[in-house]
Amino acid sequence: MAFYHALQINGNACEGCSHCMRVCPTEAIRVRDGKAHIDETRCVDCGNCFIACPHKAVFVKQDDFEEIFKFPCRVALIPAVFLGQFKNDISVSRIYAILNEIGFQHVIETEITTPIYTEAKNKLEREADAKPLISTFCPAIVRLIQVKFPGLVENLIPLKAPLDITALYIRRKLEKDGWRPEDIGVFYVTPCAAKIAAVKSPVGEEKSSVDGVINMDSLYNRVYKKIKEQGHDYKEVKLPIAQLTSDSILTSLTNGERRLSVSEHSLSIDGMDNSIEFLEKVESEEIEDVEFLELRACDQSCPGGILTYNNRFLTCERMFARARYVAGKERRGELTRAKEVEEERDFLLNNIEVGEIESRSISLDSDISKALEKLVKINRLKKMLPQVDCGMCGTPSCDALAEDIICRGAKATRCVFIQHHLEKQNAMDLDESMKIWDDIWGEDKIKVKHRKKENK
Amino acid sequence: MHLEYTIVEGDFVNAGSASSSIKKTLKQLNVNPSIVKRVVVALYEAEVNAIAHAYGGKVTADIDAGTILLRVIDRGPGIPDIDWAMQEGNSTASPEVRDMGFGAGMGLPNIKKNVDRLNVQSTVGVGTTVEMEVNLA
Repeated sequence: MAFYHALQINGNACEGCSHCMRVCPTEAIRVRDGKAHIDETRCVDCGNCFIACPHKAVFVKQDDFEEIFKFPCRVALIPAVFLGQFKNDISVSRIYAILNEIGFQHVIETEITTPIYTEAKNKLEREADAKPLISTFCPAIVRLIQVKFPGLVENLIPLKAPLDITALYIRRKLEKDGWRPEDIGVFYVTPCAAKIAAVKSPVGEEKSSVDGVINMDSLYNRVYKKIKEQGHDYKEVKLPIAQLTSDSILTSLTNGERRLSVSEHSLSIDGMDNSIEFLEKVESEEIEDVEFLELRACDQSCPGGILTYNNRFLTCERMFARARYVAGKERRGELTRAKEVEEERDFLLNNIEVGEIESRSISLDSDISKALEKLVKINRLKKMLPQVDCGMCGTPSCDALAEDIICRGAKATRCVFIQHHLEKQNAMDLDESMKIWDDIWGEDKIKVKHRKKENK
Repeated sequence: MHLEYTIVEGDFVNAGSASSSIKKTLKQLNVNPSIVKRVVVALYEAEVNAIAHAYGGKVTADIDAGTILLRVIDRGPGIPDIDWAMQEGNSTASPEVRDMGFGAGMGLPNIKKNVDRLNVQSTVGVGTTVEMEVNLA
């Protein structure tokens, strides 16, 4: 099955500046003809390129908002991070009311099923052989492990994430209320690209219970527009009786799962580079004793998602404040527990597991002798290349260029050092090297810059 | 394909550099992850042994389509009784080495469990060569 990718490059906006290429943790990006190109077999939808792009040329494909109206019964599945986007003086019930007004009859928070997820996860933590168990909460991490750490796929916790469990729950509830399955549309409001990919091509599952995905930034715009229009004249809706527990509010933050883990030794790591560094050690069996690993692709976890609006630290602060407030109510026994969800506990626990998670490792060749031949050639080439990783060849590193030359037919003359070397020996003239330059950076690279200067 | 790495006496900080480099190579060759894991565990163990007990040495790896042959060659005190050292729990590690979490006497036995062929050659006062072979398919 082809893997869906939410991150795409808008060729019209892309200036081929290669910022994205330099930050991609799986070396999935190349610059050709003056534009960045993403290799879909390597991309894990982490969003580093989106953050690095100075021209807003990396975009996250989303479903058309009007799609929701194809369904008579519309559900907005919102993560707690969404409510964390707004200032403290905008109440949760006001945001719920606006979501109702723009088309969703039902609003449910993703983390409402966190207690069920945690129960199933802790059971696995007690029983599992493969240690450390690695959380599947963050889909970019799941994809990273599939692509880069195939040996650790068996350490991934084979459970649906709270998002999918909640989608399953709300569908069941609405079906019991009399809705036909095909009339229910569940739309997830995502803080990142990876969750979109997870919904469009779920790992270890045939089909997701989510019908569509709405980017958090675009929904923020819609809601904020309403807030501005309303001014002081607004209504609030009575919130559903079942509210998130303080623990559930914090699930999507760094340490959110770890603090509920039953394992004696567990770690929580956020950021792609940090996660990769640690996974290398786990893969080499250098890590002993750690039983549970919570890895999140974004700094500060979901509040750092690329589709969020608010500063990630402020989002964390707001979510902590909310959790503290709820914790106070819990202590005083004032909080009504999510009884409706608890009633479906058995059903959800029975449907919480996902099938086998497959590796999607990238090797030089599926045939080991051929791979070995290629690797010998690549190693020889690496010695010829300058190891400067300047990126002028449109490839993120000298090593990546060596691999592209042997496996994908790239020419060694892409290397600017080799070009100069050949020019000095009169083996290459200026026209030839300019042609190579244009193939990589596009013919307009210099001209465009001049035109921009004139405009100023 | 032939690869070589240097081992420095007492340099536990860099223990595992040969095994992680070889891990990367085997992954590029599409070797089954469970086999990669065995190679890495065995080589790491042998690396630590040489760092702990010897006065330096080297690791060599020869990879062909069917097997990987690893040699950890050290200059060191040698192992007087190889059969004794092959038994779990037997260790000559110093208290300092044990304090660092090494030296439990599981080195050679653990290597044996993870490789398909193991050959230990040792001359007291000269050094030890641990030869490990793992089938790649």
